Amino acid sequence: MNATEEMSRRSVLPSLFGRRAGDEGVRDENSNDLQGSPSLPANCPHPNHLPKGEGTVASHPAQADPVVQTRDLCLYYGSKQALFNISMDFPRRLVTALIGPSGCGKSTLLRCLNRMNDLIDDVSVTGSILLDSEEVNDPALDVIELRRRVGMVFQKAVPFPKSIYENVAYGLRIAGIRDRRILDEAVEKSLQRAALWEEVKDRLNDSALGFSGGQHQRLCIARAIAVSPEIILMDEPCSALDPRSTTRIEDLIGELRGEYTIITVTHNMQQAARVSDFTAFLYEGTLVEFGPTKQLFTKPEKKETEDYITGRFG
Amino acid sequence: MATNVRVHSDSAHAALTPTLSQEERRRFWRRGEPLVWATAAALAGVLVLVFALLAIVLVNGLGVFWPAQVVEVTLTDGNKFLGQRIRSAVNPDTGESSTQFKTGNREQDPRRQDFRWIKDDAIAAIANPAEVCILERAENGDFYGYLKGFAGPDLALASHTPVAKTLSKALNSIRRKSAEEIAPIAARLLTLSHQLQETHGKLLRLRYQRSGTIDGQTDIDRRIADLEDESREIKDQSDRLVSQQQRRLANLRRNVVIMADAAGKETSIALVDLVRFYNPNAMGVPAKCWHYLSKVGELLWDNPRESNTEGGLFPAIFGTVMLIFLMAIACFPLGVLAGIYLGEYAKDGFLVRLVRIAVNNLAGIPSIVYGIFGLGFFVYGIGGLLDQWFFPERVATGTPTFGTGGILWASLTLGLLTVPVVIVSTEEALRAIPRATREGSYALGATKLQTLVRVLVPMASPGMMTGFILAMARAAGEVAPLMITGVVKLAPQMPVDGTFPFFHLDRKFMHLGFHIYDVGFQSPNVEASKPMVYVTTLLLLLIVLAMTSVAIYLRNRMRRRYQVRTI
Repeated sequence: MNATEEMSRRSVLPSLFGRRAGDEGVRDENSNDLQGSPSLPANCPHPNHLPKGEGTVASHPAQADPVVQTRDLCLYYGSKQALFNISMDFPRRLVTALIGPSGCGKSTLLRCLNRMNDLIDDVSVTGSILLDSEEVNDPALDVIELRRRVGMVFQKAVPFPKSIYENVAYGLRIAGIRDRRILDEAVEKSLQRAALWEEVKDRLNDSALGFSGGQHQRLCIARAIAVSPEIILMDEPCSALDPRSTTRIEDLIGELRGEYTIITVTHNMQQAARVSDFTAFLYEGTLVEFGPTKQLFTKPEKKETEDYITGRFG
Repeated sequence: MATNVRVHSDSAHAALTPTLSQEERRRFWRRGEPLVWATAAALAGVLVLVFALLAIVLVNGLGVFWPAQVVEVTLTDGNKFLGQRIRSAVNPDTGESSTQFKTGNREQDPRRQDFRWIKDDAIAAIANPAEVCILERAENGDFYGYLKGFAGPDLALASHTPVAKTLSKALNSIRRKSAEEIAPIAARLLTLSHQLQETHGKLLRLRYQRSGTIDGQTDIDRRIADLEDESREIKDQSDRLVSQQQRRLANLRRNVVIMADAAGKETSIALVDLVRFYNPNAMGVPAKCWHYLSKVGELLWDNPRESNTEGGLFPAIFGTVMLIFLMAIACFPLGVLAGIYLGEYAKDGFLVRLVRIAVNNLAGIPSIVYGIFGLGFFVYGIGGLLDQWFFPERVATGTPTFGTGGILWASLTLGLLTVPVVIVSTEEALRAIPRATREGSYALGATKLQTLVRVLVPMASPGMMTGFILAMARAAGEVAPLMITGVVKLAPQMPVDGTFPFFHLDRKFMHLGFHIYDVGFQSPNVEASKPMVYVTTLLLLLIVLAMTSVAIYLRNRMRRRYQVRTI
């Protein structure tokens, strides 16, 4: 954006977004009537002040059909708190981007959603995550089943040391599917969905290791799609890729949108703006602002958000 | 003015030079030149030592079977002998040089030596006779002499001129005869001895059962009497066969080749005792190569002779390889499983760190300590228990089966010795797998076990193989723990043979490493055994090299398949 635009935008900011975080009265007042504006984060010092499932977050754009709802989600690494009372609704079959400076808890939040944090010792979580009204943090929940519903793609695309076919079929095989027909079909469909089929259809039995990074990432996406998840979590899927591969992955996210709920973490704000429908800005473990991408990038409510997206810090 | 200037420039120079050299010196150190030199020198030192060792073994080991020229030495006192020059040495005190000859003809020497040191001054002449012949005998080592003729009832060619061809014909006919007459008896005797062993075992068991009861065991008594009869019969039969064999052998022994030594004294040598004969002075290079190959063949496939200084090493080669295989079967799965637990399941804490340190330090325990542990735990402990359960009668008679050293206990001891290497390398290999790979698998809904079996273990397999290779190389070179857990100088029976149950893991065995020690340091005939030490060392090195090469090849294939290349 050019300077004049920015100036004019900033001049309207106070009038449009006069509220400040922690200004509870104002928020409660306005929460219902401001359709399309983000839910405001609960500031960390005073948790649990929001009645659960009530209208406090109803101002959320995804209110109509949220697939995942977090409520007062706090996460601790040992005694160090990394997430502070995150309450947000992720809209179904849309793309949500999580942005924020390094160490702000984006990835940690993402990894809460399929309980990947279980793998790290010393992690404890409080609060609730509802996946279609099922409690994710319930210790009795079948984590295996959860991870099948909530797939994940990582920053470092590391295929398994197997053939392309076996990489894609991995999730199904471990689920106990042996029928070659089902596997063949799933592999082909997933690779097509991941825009990789044309490139690899003649060498499905070759090792997946001998590929470029971009192909690796698409293979990992195909691998995740193959088990037909409802949600795909993407943890900086493009940060290790060159611009061309990044474009392909971004296109791919656009294509998968509408079929899967995609939650992606990114450092690249242009990317967030390009691919996502909603964007959440996290800062030091708190949710600062969450709203429709366009609105967040053009008319951020919060000073921190504005500072961050205009590159003043972070 | 001029002086002034000069003084000034001098002082400036004096002041400048040290700063410059200081600067240079600093740069020299900063560039790390000395470190490069130090590292290069260290590597060079290691290489020199390793290559020196290999060169000594190769030079001495490879030359052993190459037939050297036989010379006829005439001494100043008029005595003559035939021999092969081995080496020369100078007495540092007197300055006299002398030469060592291999003279063979051990039975003619008063001290039964087949090597002689002769002072060079005492040698009057050295000739290269063309017609000389070396006879390799099954006993008493080589005979050096001239072919004179043949004698014997079974030889039709005694009248011919004794050329090498005639000798080989005579030898072949006697060997054929021996194969016809002696071999079937020997085979029959072997069967009888197995039968006798079996009967003896049954008898022992019955007598043991009987000793436990007081009376009223007429049934057992009858069976014992039956078995005693049976064994007596077998003994009688084999005695008859033995005497028959000896008679036939004595007859065969009458077929002799008549040899003359350098002094012209004639000796008859039975053809059945002959292993091979050759005339190095008349051999061309192809013939020498052929001789060399046949000697190598003998080394690889034959049994040892002459208290291990001659003949082949087959039982020792077999024992070594089998030992390593059994060791691998014992140690690889155990080490890998322990490594997986340490790397994947154990929670990192004080105890785990302690275990890790202990495992790492296990490699530093002297191997003889492992041997003693093996003797106490495996041989006397487990072996003794097994004997008490399954062979109580043998314990009673002082002939334990498992309660004595054997290839099984030796390989388990070696397995224990090498297992830390496998544990450590397995753990390291698992730890080196990127977290993204694990998480990728978990994120698809895989359990820990599925991730481990389908992804982690294949990816860690090259690292496990590295540990395996190190373990194998270490095990192949160990001798000390074997000496007290079952290795012997000469094993009458192999751990695998044609009699049921084919694998006899309780048997004692021969081993190349122990063979080196035994032949090199325990042999009465030092000079004769020296070549064998080098040959055995070379063979052991080659076997280790071959086995590790196969393992390295497998590892490289696994690497190509499983290792993630970062692009």
